[in-house]
Amino acid sequence: MSVSANTPALSLQAASVSFAAPGQPGGRYTAVADVSLTVGAGEFVSVVGPTGCGKSTLLNLAAGLLAPSSGTVSVFGQPLVGINRRAGYMFQADSLMPWRTALGNVMAGLEFHGTAPAQAREQADDWLRRVGLGAFGDRYPHQMSGGMRKRASLAQTLVLDPDIILMDEPFSALDIQTRQLMENEVLTLWSEKKKAVLFITHDLDEAIAMSDRVVVMSAGPASRPIGEFSIDLDRPRDVAEVRTTPRFIALHKAIWAVLRDEVLKGYTQQLQKA
Amino acid sequence: MWQALRPSPGNLRIWQAGLLLAIVGLWHVLTVPGMVPPLIFENDQQAAFFFGEPVKVAQRISRWFVQDGDIYGHLGITLLETGLAFVIGSASGLAVGLWLALKPMASALLEPYIKAMNSMPRIILAPIFSVWFGLGVGSKVALGVTLVFFIVFFNVYQGVKEVSPVILANARMLGASPRQLLRHVYLPSATSWVFSSLHTSVGLAFVGAVVGEYLGSASGVGYLIHQAEGVFDINTVMAGIVVLTAFALVLDASVGKIERHLMTWQPPGGASDKL
Repeated sequence: MSVSANTPALSLQAASVSFAAPGQPGGRYTAVADVSLTVGAGEFVSVVGPTGCGKSTLLNLAAGLLAPSSGTVSVFGQPLVGINRRAGYMFQADSLMPWRTALGNVMAGLEFHGTAPAQAREQADDWLRRVGLGAFGDRYPHQMSGGMRKRASLAQTLVLDPDIILMDEPFSALDIQTRQLMENEVLTLWSEKKKAVLFITHDLDEAIAMSDRVVVMSAGPASRPIGEFSIDLDRPRDVAEVRTTPRFIALHKAIWAVLRDEVLKGYTQQLQKA
Repeated sequence: MWQALRPSPGNLRIWQAGLLLAIVGLWHVLTVPGMVPPLIFENDQQAAFFFGEPVKVAQRISRWFVQDGDIYGHLGITLLETGLAFVIGSASGLAVGLWLALKPMASALLEPYIKAMNSMPRIILAPIFSVWFGLGVGSKVALGVTLVFFIVFFNVYQGVKEVSPVILANARMLGASPRQLLRHVYLPSATSWVFSSLHTSVGLAFVGAVVGEYLGSASGVGYLIHQAEGVFDINTVMAGIVVLTAFALVLDASVGKIERHLMTWQPPGGASDKL
């Protein structure tokens, strides 16, 4: 399954993140505590958990946008310092530059890396076609639908051919049909290149349908992984069809049993805060 | 009949022109000596003395531009001052705004001074600038720059502060260096704020030039107005005001044209319109 499974693509060892937070006991808020998590090269790992469990914090750690308060993050065996140059990050919110066209946005990363403009344009064009936006290269983000913007974001991330792809609930804002289409497309693209993927979602169905492994996080604060499930469904999968197979349902039941308590815990905590 | 004539998007321009004609017409009727009996004034010369007469104002303008042709020098000076003040003020506002927004410590240090300089009625600096830079173009440009600078500065500062953190993080993940972030994220993001301020600042550059001329100079439209006022030539004062207004409108329109050209990426309706 994996390309070279000796050193994991991404490895978090006992990583904790806490922020200064006046008003909290001790003046600090611990988002994630003592997280150990590895993603093998070519492996698709999903992290699920209740709202506010620090899933995005985890991803920012892996991206190098955030440094761990304690513990280590290493990328292909090397300790991570600064931005993770081998990772591409697909954000939950709109992240396209509104002053660039779809093509300009996809080209941006190549431009930053000093690729010749003509070559960058060619590669960007190619990726736009692969995500189905071939005819929309000259559109500005405000002229595109939410789904089209996500496709452009996907192309923007993948055109740099990163070894690790980090995705933060990338499709949560899309309607269910568009979402399943995008999920299938991501799986197709992934199966061609077999990159390491760390996929964050709150949707258990999505996590099971797409991943090799699902990690369940506890409710925050100080959340940590409390369960890990290997997803042994056959590939290639169709995210809509796989949901009706008995194995999927059995896995869903097993993971949900762990997740449910945490969701309830997270929910009560939110109610208390409000 | 009224249904066809009432103001609608189709005949808006005609109505606007009509309104102008009506105002000028009323002005004419009320000021020309002897046309209507004096309502407020003691004799029928006084209305013309205080308010001028549209026909004489028009004659004055036409003498300036056609018969005598002696306004071009003055107008050129005023526009030169406006242009210089606008360019220098905007460029320095943009540069300082970017710099301070990206250097939190420097901006914290300078904050009270910037606030103080902004709240100060800066027109009052005109006499000082006259002493520093003389009665020529320099003092007017300096006054205009102080007016324009703060408008652009605050807008850029705000614009950079409000760059979406997600877009910023995304650009960093795509490999942008600090210099590339400045060029490809901060600057374009700030330009939308700059443009929303340019309409105000081109007007203020004009104000700086004309007020500077009015307070002390030997050329410029402000100087013409000041001279005319000295001999109670109200028609020339009015003519100067009309000429200035026309040119302010032209300047504003050209800023709008540049803006539309550069800001095609913005959704119509202009999301940012703050000052």
